[in-house]
Amino acid sequence: MTLRRLLFVVPVILLIGLAVIAASYLTGGKDPRELPSALINKPVPVFDLPAITVDGQTTRPGLSSTHFAGKVTLVNFFASWCTPCLAEHPQITALSRVKGLTVVGINYKNKPAAASQWLARHGNPYTRIGVDAKGDTALEFGLYGVPETFLIDRKGQIRLKHVGPVTVQVMNNKIMPAVRALLAQ
Amino acid sequence: MIRFLLTLTIALGTGFPATVHAIGPGEALKDAQLEARARDIGRQLRCLVCQNQSIDDSDAPLAQDLRRLVRKRLVAGDTNRQVIAYVHARYGDFVLLRPPMDPRTWILWFGPAIVLLLSLVLIVMKLKSRRTRRQQEATLSDEEKARADALLDKPGAGA
Repeated sequence: MTLRRLLFVVPVILLIGLAVIAASYLTGGKDPRELPSALINKPVPVFDLPAITVDGQTTRPGLSSTHFAGKVTLVNFFASWCTPCLAEHPQITALSRVKGLTVVGINYKNKPAAASQWLARHGNPYTRIGVDAKGDTALEFGLYGVPETFLIDRKGQIRLKHVGPVTVQVMNNKIMPAVRALLAQ
Repeated sequence: MIRFLLTLTIALGTGFPATVHAIGPGEALKDAQLEARARDIGRQLRCLVCQNQSIDDSDAPLAQDLRRLVRKRLVAGDTNRQVIAYVHARYGDFVLLRPPMDPRTWILWFGPAIVLLLSLVLIVMKLKSRRTRRQQEATLSDEEKARADALLDKPGAGA
């Protein structure tokens, strides 16, 4: 008798459990379309990208994977045609002022003249910028859109990936704690 | 006549699913065999922007880039499995339209079958218990049999 009673209760418990899990996902605030990075704790992909050159002039040197060793680096994929990139620009600029943190950019599928104009108009927070004209390097980073931001540790390993614009909240709650932890290493 | 035309239209409309894809004319490799392999791989990789289409079916720029990457790796000499592993290493499990088979995904693969099996077991148990109960109800106890005989005026029954 008691076994049968128990069997009646089990589906109810399962249903309540599922409802709790569903509620936590719905209220968690995380975009379900965002995918976890496959590259966390893996070394930065090997690449060598040229600088933005307009009429033979460059304002920042290019970027290659040899530039990460010994530093804590924030790599920001951006483009002048990308509206969320403009939205996150103040945060990237703020991050470029963090002591000890190196902020570099990868210009994704952007005409050099357009990128250069955008940086001149909105400010250039990057110490180095690599031009990824066809997006081949982006594929190596597992990119599926711009903007995306990566944190690289002193050993050249990818430790964090953020998909989408770096909002003030993301900067304060996700990026900065990770930056502090990596700088302490 | 109209029915014939209607049937013909429907047959033609649904008859060519294999040729529907987003691969542009300039993308195909010259080597037909490599291109066939590229298409086969492309059908197994998910377009992460559209998320419900393969990279062969999607128009998204990322799908185009991934198709280009697949063809580049094939020309470089990778096997189909190596190409898929290359993309998988960079984009994770979700890029595979067919989920991988490892301990983490056993629940995904075997879950439905297990649930089905459990349900069948429960149904069989329920049916069995119902049958035994009905049999118990159908046969009379000795006392009930005696009373029935008495009522039916059977010879040998007590008064």
